Amino acid sequence: MNDIPVSAAIEPAARPGRTGPRQRLVMVGNGMAGVRTLEELLRLAPDLYDITVFGAEPHPNYNRILLSPVLAGEQTVEQIVLNPRAWYAEHGIDLHLGRTVVAVDRARRVVRADDGTEVGYDRLLLATGSHPVMLPIAGAELEGVIAYRDIKDTETMIAAAARYRNAVVIGGGLLGLEAANGLMLRGMQVTVIHLMSHLMERQLDPTAGRMLQASLEARGLAFRMGARTQALIAGDGGRVSAVELADGSRIAADLVVMAIGIRANTDLAQAMGLHCQRGIVVNDTLQAVTDPRVYAVGECVNHRGTTYGLVAPLFEQSKVCATQLARFGIGRYAGSQVSTKLKVTGIDLFSAGDFQGGPDSEEIVLSDPAAGIYKKLVIRDDRLVGACLYGDTVDGSWYFSLVREGRSVAAIRDHLMFGQSHIGDTGHEGKSRAQAMADTDEVCGCNGVSKGRICSAIKEKGLFTLEDVRRHTKASASCGSCTGLVEQLLMFTAGGDYSAAPAKKAMCGCTDLSHDDVRSAIRTPLADGSRLLSVPAVYQALGWRNPTGCASCRPAINYYLLSTWPREAVDDPQSRFINERAHANIQKDGTYSVIPRMWGGETNASELRRIADVVDKYRIPTVKVTGGQRIDLLGVKKADLPKVWSELGMASGHAYAKALRTVKTCVGSEWCRFGTQDSTRMGQDLERALWRMYAPHKVKLAVSGCPRNCAESGIKDVGVIGVDSGWEIYVAGNGGIKTEVAQFLVKVASSAQVLEYAGAFLQLYREEGWYLERTVHFVARVGIDAVRKRVVDDPANRAALWARLQFAVDQEPDPWSEPARAGIDLRQFENISV
Amino acid sequence: MIHEQQQTPTGQGPAAAAGQARAAWHSVCPVEAIPRLGARRVERAGFAPVAVFRADDGAVFALVDRCPHKGGPLSQGIVFGRSVACPLHNWTIGLADGCAAAPDSGCTPRLDVRLENGMVQLDLAQFEPLPVASEAATGPGA
Repeated sequence: MNDIPVSAAIEPAARPGRTGPRQRLVMVGNGMAGVRTLEELLRLAPDLYDITVFGAEPHPNYNRILLSPVLAGEQTVEQIVLNPRAWYAEHGIDLHLGRTVVAVDRARRVVRADDGTEVGYDRLLLATGSHPVMLPIAGAELEGVIAYRDIKDTETMIAAAARYRNAVVIGGGLLGLEAANGLMLRGMQVTVIHLMSHLMERQLDPTAGRMLQASLEARGLAFRMGARTQALIAGDGGRVSAVELADGSRIAADLVVMAIGIRANTDLAQAMGLHCQRGIVVNDTLQAVTDPRVYAVGECVNHRGTTYGLVAPLFEQSKVCATQLARFGIGRYAGSQVSTKLKVTGIDLFSAGDFQGGPDSEEIVLSDPAAGIYKKLVIRDDRLVGACLYGDTVDGSWYFSLVREGRSVAAIRDHLMFGQSHIGDTGHEGKSRAQAMADTDEVCGCNGVSKGRICSAIKEKGLFTLEDVRRHTKASASCGSCTGLVEQLLMFTAGGDYSAAPAKKAMCGCTDLSHDDVRSAIRTPLADGSRLLSVPAVYQALGWRNPTGCASCRPAINYYLLSTWPREAVDDPQSRFINERAHANIQKDGTYSVIPRMWGGETNASELRRIADVVDKYRIPTVKVTGGQRIDLLGVKKADLPKVWSELGMASGHAYAKALRTVKTCVGSEWCRFGTQDSTRMGQDLERALWRMYAPHKVKLAVSGCPRNCAESGIKDVGVIGVDSGWEIYVAGNGGIKTEVAQFLVKVASSAQVLEYAGAFLQLYREEGWYLERTVHFVARVGIDAVRKRVVDDPANRAALWARLQFAVDQEPDPWSEPARAGIDLRQFENISV
Repeated sequence: MIHEQQQTPTGQGPAAAAGQARAAWHSVCPVEAIPRLGARRVERAGFAPVAVFRADDGAVFALVDRCPHKGGPLSQGIVFGRSVACPLHNWTIGLADGCAAAPDSGCTPRLDVRLENGMVQLDLAQFEPLPVASEAATGPGA
């Protein structure tokens, strides 16, 4: 037998070419978390293990969350099966259904099932789920008294609804209300008994709980709040007939469903001698602290003191556990923020994070009982920590992402309550709110499916039905509570605007590292003192999955290298988008556009004459004045580009690059009767200081000579406005998809200070912005206060930033007049003809 | 049907060829003239331009230089692994088969390539004639 090391942490890396007997993985429990772990594992390492699965229920893995729709008659048991038996067979999994594992010999590494089957293991995965909590009261053993946990309970309830009239559900939590709703839809008279004074007290605050109760009462449910169940009374034939409360009153009941909670099923784990404490205690790699050969996921687990019962965190555990089992050894589970939605059709309810608040937090509340809308946002230290929404939950996923990201909401606090569509998004107005979501926003929290993925699937695959979307994207295929949003997207999908917003998590599919992780890895010298200076070196050092990356990470890495180690890092033209490789803008027909630089928007007769001559000579079809006060020559053949550049005799306008584009100016005090400052001169000075400056995204500046602001400084990355006593500097404005007014940074007296402050701000953005993140998003992410602290309040840091920027651009050549020195591959302009 | 991709294994003739034309191998350029992880565009009057790609490991591929999506010039895209990203809308096209990666679908024709003494050779018989237009010559090829 080959001996495997006992801890993932000290294990050697997986050897792909390894032969010999496969390791044995035994999974106890056949539910959603466990099988999801196997799915992830099979994707990562399909041949690593011989897998055996024991399931106590006679069914293959099904979607336990959808038992409520089955009970309500909206779906069938067949429809909620996630992995049919054929799936197990296809993956060579030895499946034992209806078999409970009763003992594990950890010394011999053997599990034994109740039918005597014994299977040896190298690694054991416990996914034993949870038990429903049953009240220890008289009559609890009577016929007609059940929990609500599995297919069998659901079938019992469906059968009872066909024969009996009165049902009592004990417990007004998520599960109890879903059970009550289902039984009511099947025609029963249902009373919910709840110990607390309002419903779903773990997910809702008292106001929302009372609103929920009112709307459920309107649908026909009865409630006994603040009531304690004392006993269950037997009727004829030993079946339950009534529930007796502590005050002595009785409620008729032919069926009693106890839905007061669950507790982790640790029966087997305790018998094995594993450390348990309201769950199997595991570390961040999801290994049992007692025995590193034993992994555990799901509701049976206690991770950092928390036991989760919702699907999203359990799937996160599955993902991490699978990477560990696959011997990638990279994943760590650090706990989850959870959000809740009630799956009762027609009732919109959402809560996330710490929605109760406390003495150290503030609340923003909107309450409109007549319209059935209630929203509460809880804020602590300028961060959104919780949200509780009733009646209008469209912004739930946005609030949840703010809670998870933990970023400052100080700047948007005034508008926070009105949702994402009110945060400066023009161009989306009047449409449904699902449309106003950004493409990167998560629609399906269970499976992590973004709006962009859903829309592209709908468009490219020609999907028409909810079922199609579920099959292709998995969106709304788990808990189904985002179904409404997915349907809205189905209805409205059109207009294929492709926008590359900053990624929130992994940079791309080539890695699990975020933009921040990669930037800091590039910034940090290696152990031997050397530095990462080329794209392949980064890929190798950071374990990229694809050795040549992809079209989204290569340009990003190339930029990070050049901006972090100017004059040292190796530029890779093949890792730049075609526009930056050809130094012109590709057009839809494969021709290019050429925009020469016009300093501060000023030109002269000689330049205009040369432009006219070039247009004639190269038969350039379109000449257009741009929004940035320059002239655009459109429809230039690629082979003509070098000749066009040299005959223009003007510097590159970098209109094709993630770099400084234009500095727009008004005429200023030289001509204008209102002008207070020479804005044209200021703009030209800025442009000459900053041109050739590459950045995470395009950068646009403007300088106005008086507060009339004719150069539109208020919507630029850096906007400067002259006043009588000096200059005001504004940053992080945007005139594009997301119109955003620039924020005031500082007021200075001299034009030299304008250069230093503007340059320092842009260098901060260059060093810490994520690739394809505009300044507006960068400042929203780090906060304007953090920017002020480093650019305004700290003169030494400001000077250092400004010096680093000058160092970076100082020797950067003009690609148009010095193409060879700029490293342009000139072969691309030569046609090969045959 | 929508997700099916018509795949032609490398080295087994172009998608279009039904064996009617005899191979006409023609040297195009030295392999060194194509940047690694890059491409060159080969033009022939009356025929659709061809993109010749060179992967990181030196493998060379040829496709009609036209993205199946909106006709973008694939030769201008970023090459990674065995794929190229179209410069217009970022579709990912396989170098070996010319087909778009899921969830997109559609293919551009591929051409055989061979290397002789460091020269990249294409089979002129596999070039795709352009529809007769203005002055385009539609002569008998080679």
